[in-house]
Amino acid sequence: MKARAFEYVRASSLQDAFEAFARVSGDCCYLAGGQSLVPSLSLRLQAPAMLIDISRIDELRGITLADDMLRIGALTRHAEMLTSPEIARHAPLLQLAAPHVAHPAIRNRGTIGGAIALADPAAEFPAVTLALDAEFEIAGPEGLRRVRAEGFFKGLYETALEPGEILTAIRIPPFRAGDRAVFDELARRRGDYAIVGAGIQGRVAGDRIESLRIAFLSVGPAPIRARHAEAAVAGHALSPAVIAGAQAALERDLDPAEDPQTSPAMRLHLARVLLGRLLGRLGEHPACKGAHA
Amino acid sequence: MTGSLGPLDRPNTYIGRSVSRPNAKRLLAGRGRYVTDLQLPRMLHAAFVRSPYAHASIASIDISQAASAPGVHLVATGADLAKLCKPWVGTLDHFSGMKSPPQQPLAVGKVVWAGQPIVAVVADTRAQAEDAAELVVVDFEELETVADIDAARAQGSPLINPEIGGNVSFHLKVESGSIDEAFRAAPAIVESTYLFGRHTAVTLEPRAIIADYDPSEERLTVHHATQTPYQFQDIYSRHYGLREARVRVVAPDIGGSFGMKLHVYHEDMAVVGLSIMTGRPVKFVADRMESFVSDIHARDHRVSARMAIDADGTIRGMDVNDVTAIGAFSSYPRTSVVEGNQVIRLIGAPYRFRNYRADLDVVFQNKVQTSQYRAVGHPIACAVTETLVDHAARNLGLDPFEIRRRNIITQDMYPYTSPTGYKFERLSHEACLEKLYALMDYPRLRREQAALREKGIYRGIGIALFVEITNPSPAFYGVGGARISAQDGAIVKITPSGEVHCLISVGEHGQGTETIIGQIVADQLGVDCEAVRVFTGDTDVTPHGGANWACRGAGIGGETALQAARALKRNVLAVAAAILQARSETLDMRGGQVVDAESGNARIDLAEIARIAYFRSDTLPHDVSPQLTASHHFAPKGFPFAFTNGVQACHVEVDVETGFVEIKKFWVVEDCGRIINPMLVEEQVRGGVVQGLGAAFFEECLYSDNGQLQNGSLADYLVPMAGEMPDIEIAHVETPTRDTELGAKGCGEAGTAAASAAAMNAVNDAISPLGASISQIPMTPQRLLRALGHA
Repeated sequence: MKARAFEYVRASSLQDAFEAFARVSGDCCYLAGGQSLVPSLSLRLQAPAMLIDISRIDELRGITLADDMLRIGALTRHAEMLTSPEIARHAPLLQLAAPHVAHPAIRNRGTIGGAIALADPAAEFPAVTLALDAEFEIAGPEGLRRVRAEGFFKGLYETALEPGEILTAIRIPPFRAGDRAVFDELARRRGDYAIVGAGIQGRVAGDRIESLRIAFLSVGPAPIRARHAEAAVAGHALSPAVIAGAQAALERDLDPAEDPQTSPAMRLHLARVLLGRLLGRLGEHPACKGAHA
Repeated sequence: MTGSLGPLDRPNTYIGRSVSRPNAKRLLAGRGRYVTDLQLPRMLHAAFVRSPYAHASIASIDISQAASAPGVHLVATGADLAKLCKPWVGTLDHFSGMKSPPQQPLAVGKVVWAGQPIVAVVADTRAQAEDAAELVVVDFEELETVADIDAARAQGSPLINPEIGGNVSFHLKVESGSIDEAFRAAPAIVESTYLFGRHTAVTLEPRAIIADYDPSEERLTVHHATQTPYQFQDIYSRHYGLREARVRVVAPDIGGSFGMKLHVYHEDMAVVGLSIMTGRPVKFVADRMESFVSDIHARDHRVSARMAIDADGTIRGMDVNDVTAIGAFSSYPRTSVVEGNQVIRLIGAPYRFRNYRADLDVVFQNKVQTSQYRAVGHPIACAVTETLVDHAARNLGLDPFEIRRRNIITQDMYPYTSPTGYKFERLSHEACLEKLYALMDYPRLRREQAALREKGIYRGIGIALFVEITNPSPAFYGVGGARISAQDGAIVKITPSGEVHCLISVGEHGQGTETIIGQIVADQLGVDCEAVRVFTGDTDVTPHGGANWACRGAGIGGETALQAARALKRNVLAVAAAILQARSETLDMRGGQVVDAESGNARIDLAEIARIAYFRSDTLPHDVSPQLTASHHFAPKGFPFAFTNGVQACHVEVDVETGFVEIKKFWVVEDCGRIINPMLVEEQVRGGVVQGLGAAFFEECLYSDNGQLQNGSLADYLVPMAGEMPDIEIAHVETPTRDTELGAKGCGEAGTAAASAAAMNAVNDAISPLGASISQIPMTPQRLLRALGHA
């Protein structure tokens, strides 16, 4: 299939992009890495009147540490999550998730801002930002605002972004001594969207998990924090019983939907197995080995 | 192989050597010329309006808006094309009682599968054609859908083809020996019901066609991504009433076919009509979404089978019922019942039991047509047989190798006729089985398996013997009335500079046919491979032949090339003898020269002979008339098929918590007769194994109850990828066929034939300690978890 005809403009600044957006009366899309948008155009699932290319806007680039927050520009490519020393040091969970994001060709073009703005429930980075307690910088014609990841993902491909707004950066509290991060997913083939995936960032004090954030992907219309499972673990050492308690609690956190290849019960089962294995790794606790639902 | 050295065993020859592909560099450099690359003057592009319903009647079609859309030259409906194109019926005479309705290029009055083309739009660009297609308004009245094998045959089920009555296309019963007696008082009986999912070919290059009709000469040229150009020349001429000799089908570079590119597709037939209607070239390239709903699918069988066994593991007999659903009609011109026919005739093929009974039911349903795809029927026959053999071995406490040793057809039994009538010239089950045992270090794997089970790690080992049908004679299609040639032709000539051109009817679509034909010709004429160019796939230029299907490129095409080259060699030596005033029997061709056969001393360059023959024939004696072009046609005449055999083994680790399977290693020992190019044989086998593992673990066309394909994209339909594939180790046993000088048989389907069977046996071996088993492919995590009692 061929995309329907559309107009194309390249914005050189955010102001430029907002002005272009204001000019168009019809449907209009921002184009960054294009790894989801372009296939969608080619399949005629979307047929905007205009594409505004924001991929050359310098304000959207760069990874910096300032005000005790790691700021990742929205145009940062997925591939940079694997290679950036700042990411490795201050946000290792992103680095752990990155190899699971599609394939190298896609990681070379796709941007983290695009992934978060699209909010695909099966994508890795949106879920990871929940586990990281990230916040997003959002620019609009009215100025800049910040929204926490927690309140950003509203539903299936639905976010706190208003029409015309652009997600400009992701801000993450940097990784500290005593923090632990683990990520894994179950995908039929390497690079596929996962049947279930999860990222966990936790703070360890002695043999106890002082606090932790568990975020799942592919188990609902949006990335989901597993608060009941977190509560079952927080304050405890990672014993097989604690892990089993967290696995059991997942039933209250997750309500997966049916799809042609996966029943809700299977997805919940796999989420539990995955959680058990991730918590085992988080604690690196010999007693946790082999724990499962 | 034993015996004295023959003429093919000389040192420094090309047969048996891993020559690399002469076309690889060109294709890798992006210099390939696929149909998609062709731009013809005044060319138009077609797009199709497709049915969103699996079963509906068409109340009305409004094309008025589309017809006046920008760039549009023609909007054609089924009724328009029906005026030009004679309908086709996908039956063959030797499938007695078979039924299928007449088909038209575009739907007329009703649609019978979701994705069926209804209206064609022809415009200056594909994008314009797609824009206009969105403006076509079709008014449907939805009908009840038949999407299930049982529903198709249920009392009162809606009829997909009311004109033929009933939803059953074909029934076949095969019986031999006394099956009831074999089962009566059998010490052990194992049985199972198997489900084999629908899957599809997913060629890298999708279907592509340009039809170019020139009304001034009433000449049709079709550039077509097909494996069978001659078959399509015949079909286009007959169905469009054109003189056959004025229809030219050209198959340029082809990006994979796997049997998918030899069937008649509605869009392809329509495109020919659209070119006739517009008088201009019309191009259609199926996009990936269209491929999923219009390329043939394959498999979709439910097999119930049981096996009676003696206490010592001897198989007494098998009793089988295969039900397969083929879509709304049978495909043309090869039908959709060949797969079922081969399933019930290949079951039990490696073994010597004589009591056999099988029923085949082929039913219609509202889905896209199924038809021949790589290893037609083999994987199903093999999986049913080999999993029952393993099942019997488990019940009797026998090792899988041992039970097979006790039942295989042995060397002293050939030629052997199977209970289903297949005649085996000579197979090598014993040698293959023992070679595999050593290759995989079977005892070590069993020890490792036992040790790991103690630690809760579940590994499994599965083996599967197979028999493959290759080198088909006219018994395959010709006897059924299909104008599909079982012979092939070759023309070989010496160029004025002393190089060699070979024009041959077998084609190249990625498997290496050009390479092996070049090797054979170079070998026979004693020239460097670099000096041979092979031309294929143009019905105006290359000799008429069957081209590529059912593994015939090497066995039949190769023999054709060999005989043509020998004829040319005789001609060359006759000229050389005249020039050298020698007897031609004392001469030979080696290293690009004519040499003294005994001493090997060079006598005259091939280029010099060519120079004299082409430019200075006046210097030759009057009675010498050089013939530096020779041709030969060859069709198999001995056994109706050249059967091959082999054995495969799969090693897996099953994660019993997640149902995920890691394929750790795979082994194949195969016997395709004379090996022309070991590297290409191994590539064929590896590729075949990967497709078999795809069927075993990943690939399935999933339909909803109302006949909608639910995973028709490469994001949702999982093809096997390199990351999940194991190392595949291959060894060979060579049993050349004595029906030809070359002795080659096919190898293209061997890998696919047994891979899913070996994988099923491996997975079942892994999970059997947990009391679990699985008899459905693909073996998805969901199905394995169910088998294991989770979820």
